[in-house]
Amino acid sequence: MSRNTKINVLLLLVVAALAVLPLALGLGDHKEEPFTGADGEAETAITEIEPDYKPWFSPLYEPPSGEIESALFSLQAALGAGVLAYYFGLRRGRRQGEQQARERERDAEGTPPDAESASGGASEESMAERS
Amino acid sequence: MHIAEGFLPPAHAIAWGVASAPFVVHGVRSLTREVREHPESTLLLGASGAFTFVLSALKLPSVTGSCSHPTGTGLGAILFRPPIMAVLGTITLLFQALLLAHGGLTTLGANVFSMAIAGPWAGYGIYRLLRRYQVPLMVTVFFGAFVADLVTYCVTSVQLALAFPDPSSGFLGALGKFGSIFSVTQIPLAVSEGLLTVLVMRLLVQSSKGELTRLGVLLSGKQNRTETEAVAR
Repeated sequence: MSRNTKINVLLLLVVAALAVLPLALGLGDHKEEPFTGADGEAETAITEIEPDYKPWFSPLYEPPSGEIESALFSLQAALGAGVLAYYFGLRRGRRQGEQQARERERDAEGTPPDAESASGGASEESMAERS
Repeated sequence: MHIAEGFLPPAHAIAWGVASAPFVVHGVRSLTREVREHPESTLLLGASGAFTFVLSALKLPSVTGSCSHPTGTGLGAILFRPPIMAVLGTITLLFQALLLAHGGLTTLGANVFSMAIAGPWAGYGIYRLLRRYQVPLMVTVFFGAFVADLVTYCVTSVQLALAFPDPSSGFLGALGKFGSIFSVTQIPLAVSEGLLTVLVMRLLVQSSKGELTRLGVLLSGKQNRTETEAVAR
Protein backbone atom coordinates (compact mmCIF):
# COMPACT_ATOMS: atom_id res chain seq x y z
CA MET A 1 0.00 0.00 0.00
CA SER A 2 1.43 3.37 -0.96
CA ARG A 3 1.92 6.11 1.61
CA ASN A 4 -0.86 8.00 -0.12
CA THR A 5 -3.40 5.20 0.29
CA LYS A 6 -2.31 4.73 3.90
CA ILE A 7 -3.10 8.36 4.69
CA ASN A 8 -6.53 8.05 3.02
CA VAL A 9 -7.36 4.90 4.98
CA LEU A 10 -6.17 6.57 8.19
CA LEU A 11 -8.49 9.53 7.54
CA LEU A 12 -11.43 7.15 7.11
CA LEU A 13 -10.51 5.26 10.28
CA VAL A 14 -10.43 8.46 12.35
CA VAL A 15 -13.86 9.44 11.00
CA ALA A 16 -15.21 5.98 11.84
CA ALA A 17 -13.69 6.17 15.34
CA LEU A 18 -15.28 9.60 15.92
CA ALA A 19 -18.66 8.09 15.03
CA VAL A 20 -18.30 4.89 17.04
CA LEU A 21 -16.68 6.25 20.22
CA PRO A 22 -19.78 8.06 21.56
CA LEU A 23 -21.70 4.78 21.22
CA ALA A 24 -18.94 2.61 22.69
CA LEU A 25 -18.40 4.94 25.64
CA GLY A 26 -22.14 5.05 26.29
CA LEU A 27 -22.32 8.83 26.14
CA GLY A 28 -26.07 8.67 25.58
CA ASP A 29 -26.76 6.66 28.74
CA HIS A 30 -27.89 9.68 30.75
CA LYS A 31 -30.78 10.20 28.37
CA GLU A 32 -34.16 8.52 28.31
CA GLU A 33 -33.87 8.04 24.59
CA PRO A 34 -30.18 8.03 23.70
CA PHE A 35 -28.97 9.23 20.30
CA THR A 36 -32.12 10.87 19.03
CA GLY A 37 -31.75 13.57 16.39
CA ALA A 38 -30.62 17.04 17.45
CA ASP A 39 -33.32 18.51 15.23
CA GLY A 40 -35.95 16.72 17.29
CA GLU A 41 -34.34 17.87 20.54
CA ALA A 42 -34.59 21.46 19.32
CA GLU A 43 -38.33 20.95 18.74
CA THR A 44 -38.67 19.71 22.32
CA ALA A 45 -36.72 22.74 23.58
CA ILE A 46 -39.05 25.05 21.66
CA THR A 47 -42.11 23.52 23.26
CA GLU A 48 -40.39 23.86 26.67
CA ILE A 49 -39.74 27.57 26.13
CA GLU A 50 -43.15 28.24 24.57
CA PRO A 51 -45.57 25.49 25.59
CA ASP A 52 -48.38 27.15 23.61
CA TYR A 53 -46.51 27.20 20.31
CA LYS A 54 -48.23 25.19 17.63
CA PRO A 55 -46.52 24.56 14.29
CA TRP A 56 -48.62 26.50 11.77
CA PHE A 57 -47.72 24.45 8.73
CA SER A 58 -47.22 20.73 8.24
CA PRO A 59 -45.10 18.92 5.67
CA LEU A 60 -46.82 18.31 2.34
CA TYR A 61 -45.57 14.74 2.34
CA GLU A 62 -44.45 12.74 5.30
CA PRO A 63 -42.89 9.29 4.96
CA PRO A 64 -45.55 6.91 6.30
CA SER A 65 -43.12 5.05 8.59
CA GLY A 66 -39.63 5.18 10.03
CA GLU A 67 -38.63 2.43 7.61
CA ILE A 68 -39.72 4.41 4.56
CA GLU A 69 -37.96 7.45 5.98
CA SER A 70 -34.67 5.62 6.40
CA ALA A 71 -35.13 4.15 2.93
CA LEU A 72 -35.41 7.68 1.52
CA PHE A 73 -32.39 8.81 3.54
CA SER A 74 -30.38 5.90 2.14
CA LEU A 75 -31.58 6.85 -1.32
CA GLN A 76 -30.22 10.36 -0.77
CA ALA A 77 -26.85 9.01 0.38
CA ALA A 78 -26.76 6.45 -2.42
CA LEU A 79 -27.49 9.08 -5.09
CA GLY A 80 -24.68 11.24 -3.76
CA ALA A 81 -22.23 8.38 -3.42
CA GLY A 82 -23.14 7.15 -6.90
CA VAL A 83 -22.40 10.50 -8.52
CA LEU A 84 -19.12 10.83 -6.59
CA ALA A 85 -18.07 7.32 -7.58
CA TYR A 86 -19.01 8.05 -11.20
CA TYR A 87 -16.87 11.20 -11.14
CA PHE A 88 -13.76 9.53 -9.76
CA GLY A 89 -14.24 6.44 -11.91
CA LEU A 90 -14.53 8.55 -15.04
CA ARG A 91 -11.44 10.57 -14.13
CA ARG A 92 -9.43 7.45 -13.45
CA GLY A 93 -10.54 5.88 -16.70
CA ARG A 94 -9.63 8.99 -18.66
CA ARG A 95 -6.23 9.23 -17.04
CA GLN A 96 -5.51 5.57 -17.78
CA GLY A 97 -6.76 6.02 -21.34
CA GLU A 98 -4.49 9.00 -21.87
CA GLN A 99 -1.56 7.12 -20.45
CA GLN A 100 -2.20 4.13 -22.70
CA ALA A 101 -2.57 6.39 -25.72
CA ARG A 102 0.74 8.02 -24.86
CA GLU A 103 2.44 4.64 -24.52
CA ARG A 104 0.99 3.43 -27.82
CA GLU A 105 2.14 6.62 -29.52
CA ARG A 106 5.61 6.10 -28.15
CA ASP A 107 5.61 2.49 -29.36
CA ALA A 108 4.39 3.52 -32.81
CA GLU A 109 6.94 6.32 -33.14
CA GLY A 110 9.86 4.44 -31.74
CA THR A 111 11.33 1.93 -34.20
CA PRO A 112 11.93 -1.66 -32.97
CA PRO A 113 14.58 -1.95 -30.26
CA ASP A 114 17.53 -3.12 -32.43
CA ALA A 115 16.78 -0.58 -35.18
CA GLU A 116 16.50 2.05 -32.43
CA SER A 117 20.01 1.37 -31.17
CA ALA A 118 21.24 1.49 -34.75
CA SER A 119 19.56 4.82 -35.39
CA GLY A 120 20.84 6.00 -32.00
CA GLY A 121 24.31 5.05 -33.13
CA ALA A 122 23.74 6.86 -36.38
CA SER A 123 22.70 10.01 -34.63
CA GLU A 124 25.73 9.74 -32.38
CA GLU A 125 27.87 9.42 -35.46
CA SER A 126 26.29 12.43 -37.05
CA MET A 127 26.81 14.36 -33.78
CA ALA A 128 30.44 13.30 -33.82
CA GLU A 129 30.80 14.35 -37.42
CA ARG A 130 29.30 17.73 -36.69
CA SER A 131 31.60 18.37 -33.78
CA MET B 1 -29.63 21.97 11.75
CA HIS B 2 -32.99 21.64 10.10
CA ILE B 3 -35.68 23.76 11.67
CA ALA B 4 -38.78 21.62 11.30
CA GLU B 5 -41.76 22.63 9.17
CA GLY B 6 -43.92 25.25 10.88
CA PHE B 7 -41.49 25.72 13.75
CA LEU B 8 -40.68 29.34 12.97
CA PRO B 9 -43.30 32.06 13.47
CA PRO B 10 -44.55 33.37 10.09
CA ALA B 11 -42.77 36.74 10.41
CA HIS B 12 -39.42 35.02 11.03
CA ALA B 13 -40.01 32.49 8.26
CA ILE B 14 -40.70 35.29 5.77
CA ALA B 15 -37.77 37.41 6.96
CA TRP B 16 -35.27 34.55 6.52
CA GLY B 17 -36.80 33.76 3.13
CA VAL B 18 -36.29 37.38 2.06
CA ALA B 19 -32.74 37.37 3.41
CA SER B 20 -31.83 34.16 1.56
CA ALA B 21 -33.51 34.80 -1.79
CA PRO B 22 -30.93 37.26 -3.24
CA PHE B 23 -28.05 34.90 -2.43
CA VAL B 24 -29.79 32.00 -4.16
CA VAL B 25 -30.73 34.12 -7.20
CA HIS B 26 -27.17 35.41 -7.47
CA GLY B 27 -25.97 31.82 -7.06
CA VAL B 28 -28.16 30.57 -9.91
CA ARG B 29 -26.64 33.28 -12.13
CA SER B 30 -23.09 32.32 -11.12
CA LEU B 31 -23.90 28.67 -11.69
CA THR B 32 -25.32 29.20 -15.21
CA ARG B 33 -22.34 31.42 -16.10
CA GLU B 34 -19.90 28.80 -14.83
CA VAL B 35 -21.60 26.02 -16.80
CA ARG B 36 -21.80 28.15 -19.96
CA GLU B 37 -18.19 29.33 -19.84
CA HIS B 38 -16.69 26.08 -18.59
CA PRO B 39 -18.95 23.18 -19.62
CA GLU B 40 -16.19 20.80 -18.49
CA SER B 41 -16.77 21.84 -14.88
CA THR B 42 -20.34 20.44 -14.88
CA LEU B 43 -19.05 17.08 -13.73
CA LEU B 44 -17.14 18.50 -10.77
CA LEU B 45 -20.15 20.67 -9.89
CA GLY B 46 -22.21 17.50 -9.79
CA ALA B 47 -19.63 15.85 -7.57
CA SER B 48 -19.66 18.83 -5.15
CA GLY B 49 -23.45 18.68 -4.94
CA ALA B 50 -23.24 14.92 -4.47
CA PHE B 51 -20.83 15.37 -1.56
CA THR B 52 -23.41 17.59 0.17
CA PHE B 53 -26.07 14.98 -0.59
CA VAL B 54 -24.11 12.18 1.04
CA LEU B 55 -22.93 14.09 4.09
CA SER B 56 -26.26 15.69 4.94
CA ALA B 57 -27.89 12.25 4.88
CA LEU B 58 -25.31 10.82 7.31
CA LYS B 59 -26.68 11.00 10.82
CA LEU B 60 -23.83 10.36 13.21
CA PRO B 61 -23.83 9.88 16.98
CA SER B 62 -22.04 12.56 18.94
CA VAL B 63 -20.57 13.18 22.39
CA THR B 64 -23.75 14.76 23.76
CA GLY B 65 -25.67 11.51 23.28
CA SER B 66 -27.68 12.75 20.34
CA CYS B 67 -27.31 12.42 16.60
CA SER B 68 -26.67 15.03 13.99
CA HIS B 69 -25.28 15.25 10.49
CA PRO B 70 -22.51 17.10 8.64
CA THR B 71 -23.42 19.52 5.86
CA GLY B 72 -20.81 18.89 3.16
CA THR B 73 -20.91 22.51 2.01
CA GLY B 74 -17.26 23.41 2.66
CA LEU B 75 -15.95 21.48 -0.35
CA GLY B 76 -18.18 23.20 -2.92
CA ALA B 77 -17.56 26.62 -1.35
CA ILE B 78 -13.79 26.14 -1.64
CA LEU B 79 -13.97 24.75 -5.19
CA PHE B 80 -16.61 26.99 -6.77
CA ARG B 81 -17.03 29.86 -4.29
CA PRO B 82 -20.00 30.29 -1.93
CA PRO B 83 -22.64 31.69 -4.37
CA ILE B 84 -22.71 28.40 -6.28
CA MET B 85 -22.85 26.46 -3.01
CA ALA B 86 -25.99 28.44 -2.14
CA VAL B 87 -27.73 26.75 -5.07
CA LEU B 88 -26.36 23.25 -4.42
CA GLY B 89 -27.27 23.53 -0.72
CA THR B 90 -30.78 24.73 -1.54
CA ILE B 91 -31.34 21.75 -3.84
CA THR B 92 -30.31 19.38 -1.04
CA LEU B 93 -32.58 21.14 1.47
CA LEU B 94 -35.51 21.07 -0.97
CA PHE B 95 -35.06 17.32 -1.51
CA GLN B 96 -35.11 16.75 2.25
CA ALA B 97 -38.06 19.09 2.84
CA LEU B 98 -40.21 17.57 0.10
CA LEU B 99 -39.41 13.88 0.40
CA LEU B 100 -38.23 13.34 3.97
CA ALA B 101 -40.33 15.87 5.93
CA HIS B 102 -36.92 16.95 7.21
CA GLY B 103 -36.79 20.71 7.49
CA GLY B 104 -39.65 22.33 5.62
CA LEU B 105 -40.91 24.76 3.01
CA THR B 106 -41.83 27.47 5.53
CA THR B 107 -38.45 27.14 7.24
CA LEU B 108 -36.56 26.70 3.95
CA GLY B 109 -35.38 30.32 3.98
CA ALA B 110 -33.88 29.98 7.47
CA ASN B 111 -32.31 26.60 6.70
CA VAL B 112 -30.88 27.85 3.40
CA PHE B 113 -29.45 30.85 5.23
CA SER B 114 -27.62 28.72 7.80
CA MET B 115 -26.50 25.78 5.66
CA ALA B 116 -26.18 27.15 2.14
CA ILE B 117 -25.14 30.77 2.81
CA ALA B 118 -23.63 31.49 6.26
CA GLY B 119 -21.71 28.20 6.57
CA PRO B 120 -20.17 28.26 3.07
CA TRP B 121 -19.18 31.94 3.35
CA ALA B 122 -17.61 31.46 6.78
CA GLY B 123 -15.73 28.34 5.64
CA TYR B 124 -14.59 30.03 2.44
CA GLY B 125 -13.46 33.09 4.43
CA ILE B 126 -11.29 31.01 6.75
CA TYR B 127 -9.94 29.02 3.81
CA ARG B 128 -8.91 32.19 1.97
CA LEU B 129 -7.46 33.77 5.10
CA LEU B 130 -5.28 30.74 5.85
CA ARG B 131 -4.29 30.47 2.19
CA ARG B 132 -3.03 34.04 2.30
CA TYR B 133 -0.67 33.08 5.11
CA GLN B 134 0.52 30.13 3.01
CA VAL B 135 -0.80 27.46 5.32
CA PRO B 136 -0.57 24.05 3.54
CA LEU B 137 -3.55 23.38 1.27
CA MET B 138 -4.94 20.40 3.17
CA VAL B 139 -4.88 22.28 6.48
CA THR B 140 -6.82 25.17 4.96
CA VAL B 141 -9.30 22.70 3.45
CA PHE B 142 -9.80 21.04 6.85
CA PHE B 143 -10.51 24.33 8.62
CA GLY B 144 -12.66 25.58 5.74
CA ALA B 145 -14.95 22.55 6.01
CA PHE B 146 -14.82 22.49 9.84
CA VAL B 147 -15.87 26.14 10.10
CA ALA B 148 -18.55 25.83 7.39
CA ASP B 149 -20.10 22.95 9.33
CA LEU B 150 -19.92 24.51 12.78
CA VAL B 151 -21.08 28.00 11.75
CA THR B 152 -24.15 26.45 10.12
CA TYR B 153 -25.25 25.01 13.46
CA CYS B 154 -24.40 28.19 15.38
CA VAL B 155 -26.55 30.21 12.97
CA THR B 156 -29.43 27.74 13.46
CA SER B 157 -29.11 28.26 17.22
CA VAL B 158 -29.26 32.05 16.75
CA GLN B 159 -32.28 31.73 14.47
CA LEU B 160 -34.18 29.67 17.03
CA ALA B 161 -33.12 31.89 19.94
CA LEU B 162 -34.38 34.96 18.04
CA ALA B 163 -37.73 33.27 17.42
CA PHE B 164 -38.05 31.69 20.87
CA PRO B 165 -36.29 33.81 23.51
CA ASP B 166 -36.38 32.27 26.97
CA PRO B 167 -39.16 33.81 29.14
CA SER B 168 -36.74 34.41 32.04
CA SER B 169 -33.24 34.62 30.57
CA GLY B 170 -34.21 36.06 27.17
CA PHE B 171 -32.32 35.70 23.91
CA LEU B 172 -29.01 34.73 25.52
CA GLY B 173 -30.61 32.07 27.69
CA ALA B 174 -32.31 30.53 24.68
CA LEU B 175 -29.09 30.79 22.67
CA GLY B 176 -27.31 28.78 25.37
CA LYS B 177 -30.04 26.17 25.25
CA PHE B 178 -30.15 25.77 21.47
CA GLY B 179 -26.38 26.15 21.27
CA SER B 180 -25.86 23.23 23.65
CA ILE B 181 -28.21 21.09 21.54
CA PHE B 182 -26.72 21.99 18.16
CA SER B 183 -23.25 23.50 18.41
CA VAL B 184 -21.72 21.27 21.10
CA THR B 185 -23.09 18.15 19.39
CA GLN B 186 -21.63 19.39 16.15
CA ILE B 187 -17.98 19.82 17.19
CA PRO B 188 -16.83 16.19 16.65
CA LEU B 189 -19.01 15.99 13.54
CA ALA B 190 -17.36 19.12 12.16
CA VAL B 191 -13.99 17.41 12.70
CA SER B 192 -15.31 14.38 10.79
CA GLU B 193 -16.53 16.62 8.00
CA GLY B 194 -13.15 18.36 7.86
CA LEU B 195 -11.35 15.02 7.53
CA LEU B 196 -13.75 13.71 4.87
CA THR B 197 -13.38 16.92 2.88
CA VAL B 198 -9.59 16.60 3.08
CA LEU B 199 -9.93 13.01 1.81
CA VAL B 200 -12.02 14.07 -1.19
CA MET B 201 -9.68 16.99 -1.89
CA ARG B 202 -6.69 14.62 -1.86
CA LEU B 203 -8.47 12.41 -4.42
CA LEU B 204 -9.25 15.49 -6.49
CA VAL B 205 -5.61 16.65 -6.43
CA GLN B 206 -4.65 13.25 -7.82
CA SER B 207 -7.39 13.03 -10.42
CA SER B 208 -8.28 16.57 -11.47
CA LYS B 209 -5.13 18.69 -11.25
CA GLY B 210 -5.99 20.77 -14.30
CA GLU B 211 -9.47 21.54 -13.05
CA LEU B 212 -8.24 22.57 -9.60
CA THR B 213 -5.61 24.84 -11.13
CA ARG B 214 -8.23 26.56 -13.28
CA LEU B 215 -10.43 27.05 -10.21
CA GLY B 216 -7.50 28.58 -8.34
CA VAL B 217 -7.40 25.90 -5.64
CA LEU B 218 -4.00 24.72 -6.83
CA LEU B 219 -1.68 27.53 -7.79
CA SER B 220 0.15 27.14 -11.05
CA GLY B 221 3.92 27.03 -11.03
CA LYS B 222 6.20 26.07 -8.21
CA GLN B 223 3.72 26.08 -5.33
CA ASN B 224 1.41 23.79 -7.29
CA ARG B 225 4.22 21.33 -7.82
CA THR B 226 5.29 21.20 -4.19
CA GLU B 227 1.69 20.71 -3.07
CA THR B 228 0.90 17.90 -5.48
CA GLU B 229 4.19 16.30 -4.57
CA ALA B 230 3.30 16.54 -0.90
CA VAL B 231 0.09 14.63 -1.61
CA ALA B 232 1.68 12.08 -3.90
CA ARG B 233 4.47 11.29 -1.47
